[in-house]
Amino acid sequence: MRVPIGWLAEHVDLPAGTTVEDLDTAFVRLGLEVEEIHRTPQTTGPLVVGRVLAIEELTGFKKPIRFCQVDVGEGAPRGIVCGARNFAVGDLIVAALPGAVLPGDFAIAARTTYDHVSDGMICSVRELGIGEDHAGILVLGHADDDDLAPGTPAAGVLGLDDVVIELNVTPDRGYCLAMRGIAREIGTGLAVDWRDPGALTPPAWSGPPAWQVEIADPARCDRFSMIAMEGLDPTAPSPWWMRRRLAQSGIRSISLAVDVTNYVMLELGQPMHAFDRDAVRGPIVVRRAKPGERLTTLDGADRALDGDELLITDDSGPIGLAGVMGGASTEIGDGTTAVLLEAAHWEPTGIARTVRRHKLPSEAAKRFERGTDPEMTVVALARAAALLAQYGGARVVGGPVDPDTRGPRPAIALDAGRPSRISGVDYPPSQVIEALTAIGASVDGGGAQLQVTPPSWRPDLTDPADLVEEVVRLAGYDDIPSVLPNVPPGRGLTERQRRRRSIGRALAEAGYVEAPAYPFVGTAALDALGIPEDDVRRQVVVVRNPLSEEEPALRTTLLPGLLATLARNLSRGQRDVAVFEHGSVFAGDRRTPAPVPGVDGRPDDETLAALLGAVPAQPWHVAVALTGSREPRGWWGPGRPASWADAVQAARIVAATAGVELTVRAGELAPWHPGRCAELLVGDRVVGHAGELHPRVLAALDLPARTCAMELDVDALPPAPIPVGPHVSTFPPVLVDLALVVPDEVPAAEVEAALRDGAGELLESLRLFDVYTGPPVPAGSRSLAYALTLRAPDRTLTGEEANAARDAAIAVAVERTGAVLRA
Amino acid sequence: MSGANDPYDPKQVAALSAEALDAAVSAATEAFTAAGDLEALAAVRPAHLGDRAPVLLARRELGALPPAARSDAGKRVNAARVAVTEAYAARLAVLEAERDERVLAEERVDVTLPWDRAPRGARHPLTTLTDRIADVFVAMGYEVAEGPELEAEWLNFDALNISTDHPARSMMDTFFVAPEDSGLVLRTHTSPVQARTMLERRPPIYVIAPGRVYRTDELDATHTPVFHQVEGLAVDRGLTMAHLRGTLDHLARQLFGADAVTRWRPSYFPFTEPSAEFDVWFPEHRDGPRWVEWGGCGMVNPRVLTACGIDPEEYTGFAFGCGIERALQFRHEVGDMRDIVEGDVRFTRAFGVDQ
Repeated sequence: MRVPIGWLAEHVDLPAGTTVEDLDTAFVRLGLEVEEIHRTPQTTGPLVVGRVLAIEELTGFKKPIRFCQVDVGEGAPRGIVCGARNFAVGDLIVAALPGAVLPGDFAIAARTTYDHVSDGMICSVRELGIGEDHAGILVLGHADDDDLAPGTPAAGVLGLDDVVIELNVTPDRGYCLAMRGIAREIGTGLAVDWRDPGALTPPAWSGPPAWQVEIADPARCDRFSMIAMEGLDPTAPSPWWMRRRLAQSGIRSISLAVDVTNYVMLELGQPMHAFDRDAVRGPIVVRRAKPGERLTTLDGADRALDGDELLITDDSGPIGLAGVMGGASTEIGDGTTAVLLEAAHWEPTGIARTVRRHKLPSEAAKRFERGTDPEMTVVALARAAALLAQYGGARVVGGPVDPDTRGPRPAIALDAGRPSRISGVDYPPSQVIEALTAIGASVDGGGAQLQVTPPSWRPDLTDPADLVEEVVRLAGYDDIPSVLPNVPPGRGLTERQRRRRSIGRALAEAGYVEAPAYPFVGTAALDALGIPEDDVRRQVVVVRNPLSEEEPALRTTLLPGLLATLARNLSRGQRDVAVFEHGSVFAGDRRTPAPVPGVDGRPDDETLAALLGAVPAQPWHVAVALTGSREPRGWWGPGRPASWADAVQAARIVAATAGVELTVRAGELAPWHPGRCAELLVGDRVVGHAGELHPRVLAALDLPARTCAMELDVDALPPAPIPVGPHVSTFPPVLVDLALVVPDEVPAAEVEAALRDGAGELLESLRLFDVYTGPPVPAGSRSLAYALTLRAPDRTLTGEEANAARDAAIAVAVERTGAVLRA
Repeated sequence: MSGANDPYDPKQVAALSAEALDAAVSAATEAFTAAGDLEALAAVRPAHLGDRAPVLLARRELGALPPAARSDAGKRVNAARVAVTEAYAARLAVLEAERDERVLAEERVDVTLPWDRAPRGARHPLTTLTDRIADVFVAMGYEVAEGPELEAEWLNFDALNISTDHPARSMMDTFFVAPEDSGLVLRTHTSPVQARTMLERRPPIYVIAPGRVYRTDELDATHTPVFHQVEGLAVDRGLTMAHLRGTLDHLARQLFGADAVTRWRPSYFPFTEPSAEFDVWFPEHRDGPRWVEWGGCGMVNPRVLTACGIDPEEYTGFAFGCGIERALQFRHEVGDMRDIVEGDVRFTRAFGVDQ
């Protein structure tokens, strides 16, 4: 809502010296967010109202030119050359005289043009910086207008110094989408006198009703007021001040009849519609649309109606989308002299549905869907009729039509102490009553129990809590003290939450940079990863209104986003990149739709279970991707390229951080290299994969060779057992090194497991310290060298005991893996 | 030394004579002094302190003396031995000091050489700031509540007093998922976690709900369709707006310095009544202290309590929410939203791992 301060000042006695900043502060304190402050570009020097006394048409030039004699309030008229043609002798115009500087540093001087001395300039709206219209010059008035004397400084007339404050009005305050509501708020907020522009008594129109009207759906239209006017001069222009205020409010001037309805809407908050009376066929019926009906609206769109829309209809069918937009067939035209003016009160949610269905937000609908003041319908008609009479020569014929089926507004019971109990500020009951009266409510009952009837323009006030807000708001939020509540002891972070944090921290400490990506994916990304059609990761949840048609689905794996981040970093000149992400992925299995229970109480357990069960599982995954050097080259020597082993190690870091034991074995899954893919298990459960990516995937994603990745389902990791403190032996260890030659296909993990099992309880630790291939180790085998630390908890080991443990370890390894002890 | 009045005329033992001992001490001292390095010193040591060294041989001769003379000679021998030992120790100390000075100097390295063989990574500031805020509340006794990003429409809207035709619902710019009757949306705020919490727990409830939320905005310098919020919810007997302010002021102080406070502006949210937007006074802003817009708050609308099965006559509640991206923008002077979402490691590294 744009509020021209000059307009506001007409209704509110702003204290002398009130600045724009004061108003800004007042609006914000009242809950009307100031979005922007618009000021007109600066004009300096003589800018005056002029009256055109004579026009001489100059010919012989490329275009028709006029040389005008203009009375600018001086002794003699000035001669001014003008290229526009939209004015006549007697018209009032705006003249910039020599010495004036218009916006854009446009300096005006007397100069010779088209063989005449032009002693100034007749201005267009655009030249004045107050609009875009440049089709002709600005005509303030015509021959019979004598309220402006030539020579009057034009700045005040034009509102050049009139600042416009643009407010962001929240959905509950529909009444503030009009000067009427703004005036009430500012008048109350500044505690100054103000006048309600809606407080006018309509004239006693008499005669037969203006039109035959039937309301077939009173639930959605509880008041429908209409008058008829005749004798409208279709050529009568809207007065300048009205056009100016419409422009300041961001509304285009169209014709007097339309401008008046818009102006009254801005003033009183009651949207109106003007029908060309001669185009209306038979009685007007307000009814629900029938499926299959169509309506061409004022914007020229031919709309198929689905049955929920409320319509204004006549014998020809629909002639208007009630409360949203009029129909083309009854539009006010160039020759319209008789109009039907409609002002109605519509049920808000129906309007909202129609706006949504037809994607047709209009100024009228914006107000109706927030709720208008039903008391304003006839008032608005009266105001509009007066303006059309004054500026268009129209007169009301017959009496009004005003079917009104509204019930009484129920009062809200309010405990006078409630605002204090909610706010923590002590308000005496008198202050509560005063605040509620100030917003226009009527308050009955004294003492503790108040009966509050909200004003007709506040449909948002339905509950005691709404009234509490009004009291606290008007008293001022700044009065609320700052007190910490006594919070009962909590349980801290859950194990799951601590685990996530630790994992993120551990990976960061290990060199990975966290890079959360948008969770949107498309088929192309899954194709690039080579994920087979029947893979569960292809079962995606699809967004109906995606930002990008290429990425309409929710991720089932973190890799597409993470690899895209990796590629983005490479494209920006990075070469060694290691990134990680942890976050939700979305299971795409089909579920029964979530129910939509009522809100009058807690849903029953069955409904609630169905509701929660309809929400797909969204397990928390962690993934890493890395390329380039894992350790950089330096003065110590060359760098170490990132490898599959780093990806597996990342998984081990995650598992160790989570306190669970991870088993690794060879796996095969897209997008990994089939020979370099580790399957990650906890117990028998596969929780993820790690390794080098498939060369085809790397080619498809344009990533460097040997790029590696890991992805693991953190939620699949079991809770960590409580660690058991080991007995720390202080007896000396026996250190044993041994090397085993094993066939290539035997995984090191199996050899290690065999050695551990064989060595038994005396084994304190075991470490693989070398892997060797080449002579003398036969081809097809490799030598694995292990360092064993043997120690007893309660004694110094004898040589025999140590040898026995060593031999047992070797024996099991030989038996299980075909290993041969290397001499 | 035997004097003239000695009662005995002892047999003279040459090795025990004062002269001989003095000579041995002198010879040893000379030899030690002559030794130029630790090796040379070690080489001459046996001759003067070894088993066959004169002072040790002299000691063996003591037994040959008559008891009366033995004490006197013993003192002389001991003194000589101590003198030689001390001379050796002194020379050893000198030579070791010389060695230390020279050799350790030769072993000097350039300790300014970098050793970034395993560079540290970083956590994303959205994560660390979220954790930091959560910690402030956990320290007060709050718990961290969670809910899914793909959420039931009823929990995202209806339960929060945002009915199907409510203007606020269309203002939320919601992502809907297929099929049309799925009843699911990508949550537009973390508020459904409030509803879940109230459906799950009985008051007193004090929870904080951080998380990722979605609106259909295109990414630009100031908007992102995927962003993060932290919401707080408290439901208890006797909670007031003053408690809400106290809580927000506390948060402001923890994040923005001891002098930070909040300022409220009346606003509107369907799930709170009264409602406010809040600004925070940021005294340590690099361009000078200032108010910055941060979030929304209010008293939980009794209708929401009712929909979640909590008696609004017995309990009141407050709720607040704020944007993490927004906080990141003004607390860390991040000018462009795209830097936050694009995952450029140069951006994230600047924030480190955080505590």
